[in-house]
Amino acid sequence: MRWNSTNTTLIGLAGIGAVIGFGLLFTFERLPIDTVQGGFRGTSMGQVINPRTAAVMAARNVAPPVPEAADPGGDRASAVFENVQVLGHLSVEQFNRIMQVMTEWIYPNENIAEGCNGCHVPGNFASDDIYTKHVARRMLQMTMSLNGTWQTHTGEVGVTCYTCHRGNAVPAYVWSAPVPNTAGGGFAAVASGEQNRPGRNVGLASLPNDPFTPYLMGNEEIRMQGRDQHPRAESRQSIQQTEWNYGLMMHMSTSLGVNCTFCHNSRAFSNWDESPPQRLTAWHGIRMVRDINTNYIEPLRERFPANRLGPMGDTLKVNCTTCHQGAYEPLYGAPMRVNYPELLPAPQRRAEGPRQN
Amino acid sequence: MALEYQYLFTRIQVRGPHYKGLPLPAGDDTRTNDGGFSHLLGKIGDAQFGPFYLGTYGVLALFFGFIAFEIIGLNMLASVNWNPMLFVRDLFWLSLDPPLPQHGLKIFMPLAEGGWWLLAGFSLTLSLLLWWARSYARARSLGLGTHTSWAFAAALWLFLVLGFIRPVFMGNWSEAVPFGIFSHLDWTAAFSIRYGNLFYNPFHALSIVFLYGSVLLFAMHGATILAVGRFGGEREVEQAYDRGTAMERAGLFWRWTMGFNATSESIHRWAWWFAVLTPITGGIGILVTGTLVDNWYLWAMDRGFVAAYPPIATPDPYLTGAGR
Repeated sequence: MRWNSTNTTLIGLAGIGAVIGFGLLFTFERLPIDTVQGGFRGTSMGQVINPRTAAVMAARNVAPPVPEAADPGGDRASAVFENVQVLGHLSVEQFNRIMQVMTEWIYPNENIAEGCNGCHVPGNFASDDIYTKHVARRMLQMTMSLNGTWQTHTGEVGVTCYTCHRGNAVPAYVWSAPVPNTAGGGFAAVASGEQNRPGRNVGLASLPNDPFTPYLMGNEEIRMQGRDQHPRAESRQSIQQTEWNYGLMMHMSTSLGVNCTFCHNSRAFSNWDESPPQRLTAWHGIRMVRDINTNYIEPLRERFPANRLGPMGDTLKVNCTTCHQGAYEPLYGAPMRVNYPELLPAPQRRAEGPRQN
Repeated sequence: MALEYQYLFTRIQVRGPHYKGLPLPAGDDTRTNDGGFSHLLGKIGDAQFGPFYLGTYGVLALFFGFIAFEIIGLNMLASVNWNPMLFVRDLFWLSLDPPLPQHGLKIFMPLAEGGWWLLAGFSLTLSLLLWWARSYARARSLGLGTHTSWAFAAALWLFLVLGFIRPVFMGNWSEAVPFGIFSHLDWTAAFSIRYGNLFYNPFHALSIVFLYGSVLLFAMHGATILAVGRFGGEREVEQAYDRGTAMERAGLFWRWTMGFNATSESIHRWAWWFAVLTPITGGIGILVTGTLVDNWYLWAMDRGFVAAYPPIATPDPYLTGAGR
């Protein structure tokens, strides 16, 4: 009797221990974990960094070697080459340098469709009879804009083609309009759009998992919290809108490999006074991505063949992950602006060197 | 024999003949299903199960509960194109959401845009209210007080505030909670964010006080009774007035520890009020959110309820003109 009851207890304890232990296996991150304090003491605005994950991420986000700088003097590219519409203000040496690195950044592989042939008709570099050349031209203008007007977001780091492309003709992280879930057929499955699935875009939450269409293509209001302590007529943002916003924030958080407190004091998300300056950079970033998607990428829809479009026939567009890829600064802040002056806006070049043509 | 009073399970199962219970008052239904004995049930409670009393309230409550369960489950199943494997895999993510905001407080709307939610919510509410009536009627039939019913009513208050009363005050069903595991958690987070951080809602704070207080009281009471199990403390009633018994020792333990002790009766009053005040205060906190207070952080700052930190002073791009 005594042995039996003790035995039952021990078996019970062992069983419960095994179940809990098995569950815990999936939650552990091995120590040590670093934390970096971000805000005022006591606000718990820390970034939690697993040094092993950080090492993997650092190895995955390395900028390519920078070729020797080109002489900005001499003949302009537009005077020497035919049909140079965007980079004509560069010197011939600069022009060749940027063409060379673009090949390595976007079409690095050794096959007939890559290298120069990625964007040029073989044997006729001046020809416009290949859609990728039109796209590349527009993307160059975009890159210049990102290094110019959008310095509010790109700062002194700047961007190049590599920031997004990383050796791929199509950047690895892009989005397009989701296929609507019409499976329900009269049931409520479609009531609130694509939601209530483990959404990869929103950190596997059941939040609306296409926050991109309303916020990164459209201009939907992101601010949800009331600006007055009491309800006001104009403060009518719904819980549903808040969930869409939440989805966008989950995307930003996972894209940058940071948590909420990187940009917010989470006790008052809307309060700017208590927000770290990163929030302002991110704020401009949202506007920058809208500009990229609406003014540079989506207008190219007619240029793209069907296999370069999403399932709903729209273009493959940009979100935070496209550049950031898990790093709070793309390529951990490897200097792009300084190393590739060819990709600065043309007017800025005008002031620096003699301009012909 | 250190483990004698420290186990997880009831050690000794005493089995008399199967007992049908007190005779029922005139007008009650008969009990159904004689039931039997279960060794496993005996490990955690009384080994006898049954007979059951269903009655009109019980049957109707189960019926409407079943309807709500079916509406919610079939909507979830439909959302994965009736694929049972996906249904199981994604079950925690699946949800039946409240009506779209544009439908306001309408009763008639497309089923797929909230009609199903309204039907499910109505059936579930009816089922719970009927179950409440059942708990009241059963207590009365046994000649008991109705404390259980009123404790249950406190929980129903919070349920009704979340799904009915507050949405009606806000003029929009879309303010209500979805039926789903993760979706209702997401709702909770979104609700707090939308209304400026629920932690600064004093009724939310009170509710947490009573919730944690309930946990503390439960731990103190459970531990005390188990600790005097070696003196037969779990058979407390006949010992309550005697010197040297388990109950007196239990009381003395707390008097010596903190100078004061509850009685065998009053400890349950403490527990009841703490438990009941948890959803009552919580429900008030939910009800005034969005109706009277739109941003709890600003509300709390205005009243010196929270500490102000030195500003990092990132400029609001709307105010500095950088945006728009």
